[in-house]
Amino acid sequence: MSQINTNASVAKILVAPSVILLALWMIVPLAMTIYFSTLNFNLMIPGGRDFIGFENFYWFLTDPSFITGIINTLVLVGAVLIITVGLGTLIAVLVDNPFPGRGLVRVLLISPFFIMPTVNALIWKNLLMHPVSGLFAWLFRQVGLEPIDWFTDLPMTSIVIIVSWQWLPFAILILMTALQSMDQEQLEAARMDGAGPISTFWHITLPHLARPLVVVIMIETIFLLSVFAEIFTTTSGGPGTQTTNLAYLIYTQALLQFDVGMASAGGLIAVVLANVVAVFLIRAVGKSLAEQ
Amino acid sequence: MDMRRAKIVKNVSVTIGAWLVALLIFFPIFWMVLTSLKTELNAFSTPPSLFFMPTLENYLVVFERSDYLKYFWNSVVISFGSSIIGMLIAVPGAYAMAFYPTARTKDLLLWMLSTKMLPPVGVLVPIYLLFRDTHLLDSKIGLVIIFTLINLPIIIWMVYTYFREVPKDILEAVRMDGAHVWGEIRHVLLPISLGGLSSTFLLSLILSWNEAFWSLNLTTSSAAPLTALIASYSSPEGLFWAKLSAASTLAVAPILIFGWISQKQLVRGLTFGAVK
Repeated sequence: MSQINTNASVAKILVAPSVILLALWMIVPLAMTIYFSTLNFNLMIPGGRDFIGFENFYWFLTDPSFITGIINTLVLVGAVLIITVGLGTLIAVLVDNPFPGRGLVRVLLISPFFIMPTVNALIWKNLLMHPVSGLFAWLFRQVGLEPIDWFTDLPMTSIVIIVSWQWLPFAILILMTALQSMDQEQLEAARMDGAGPISTFWHITLPHLARPLVVVIMIETIFLLSVFAEIFTTTSGGPGTQTTNLAYLIYTQALLQFDVGMASAGGLIAVVLANVVAVFLIRAVGKSLAEQ
Repeated sequence: MDMRRAKIVKNVSVTIGAWLVALLIFFPIFWMVLTSLKTELNAFSTPPSLFFMPTLENYLVVFERSDYLKYFWNSVVISFGSSIIGMLIAVPGAYAMAFYPTARTKDLLLWMLSTKMLPPVGVLVPIYLLFRDTHLLDSKIGLVIIFTLINLPIIIWMVYTYFREVPKDILEAVRMDGAHVWGEIRHVLLPISLGGLSSTFLLSLILSWNEAFWSLNLTTSSAAPLTALIASYSSPEGLFWAKLSAASTLAVAPILIFGWISQKQLVRGLTFGAVK
């Protein structure tokens, strides 16, 4: 009995490093951000660090690029989620059937997930979407169409395509694995009762996928809210502010214009927005994940 | 007879459909590797050449620019460093939460996950200034610290998920024999959960190897990993496609192979055991 008690108190010590580190990681930079956000603090202007209250927030929130940034962030997250979840479900159901070479198909399908975002962006930008020498331009000309100048004419669409390509495999992988644990007898029974493929999908497959779908949405949302490298290496937020999401907007304030105060105000707004999403997500899935 | 024919039609179309989708999705990677084997002139040619004399010249050039190896080494040090330290911190913590849960363990786990929701841009400015003042900017140690912190919640969750699946009676038996925590972990738990721990380690490597936000913003040259090197190719746009492809192939190959090996295990960990 005493041994068990000792072990339990040792356990408390074991969990301490993680808790302390994560708490520091959360509190220290956040407190600094809050402090900086109230200052007129620009790295290019030495000396002056006057307290200006909420002025940074006022300027950040009334800057037209803020609204654009929010809209671009939501469009990017929303479009990529719809594409990856929609196509991911269809592809997962397709490859759930037995067919020759399934193992290899699985490996091919999951590959883009492991490609680093900067490589992903540059390969798409140069080799595929280049308006003159890219493969897509050549394909368009083959069928008698005018090649698209992707990053000039359809900048957000291009970013969505690139990011979706990277995240589609993740959705496929999770959903594919989930499908393997489906109750085969139930499926057989439904088929015996004369249920067609569509109603089987709607009434049996989709409910079975509910939980993995929520997991996919949660994890993708965490990462998609702060997409940065793909924009950095392709459009740099342009043309104009057409592909500037919140992450990229704050980056330009901080490290291109050196406006620490303004960037901190923007950063806090991003934190608040992410927390709204987080509270919603944690409510929806977090609890059930921890309680299973 | 009709049924059988319908079945054959279905099988054939599933096979063709699945292979078509897989090849389409894989195509950009295939095209990158193909381009890396062309001459610069060939890489640009229209129509794009499918049949050509492959050359390893680009790879030689990438290697000869001695700094490629420097970037590669930076990536190795940073991702292995942060993954090893992350595991050393996370394993004891996950062990404690999995085997000695308290009333607050679930909230603790959720709180840890919620630190992952903190958008990096929200804390970019203070971290940048802290690093500038402590001379951690453009240092490998700086990136190791950051990567350890950002991946810690995911690592803890994954290890916790694997530990939860270890039958409790085995540990209890050892405990009754009077084993201390360390003996319990070393002789029973680690051997049992070796598979889960190694796939957690692999995921941490993959995430660190591919991380771009912090490495682009906190490094300039001496500690820059491969993600930053590849990003620097974006300026002389379109001039060196074959070399860009060769450097990219070299940058993604190790992680791609790791990913292929561990994909089945990753699902369980990534979804915190919600999908099996």
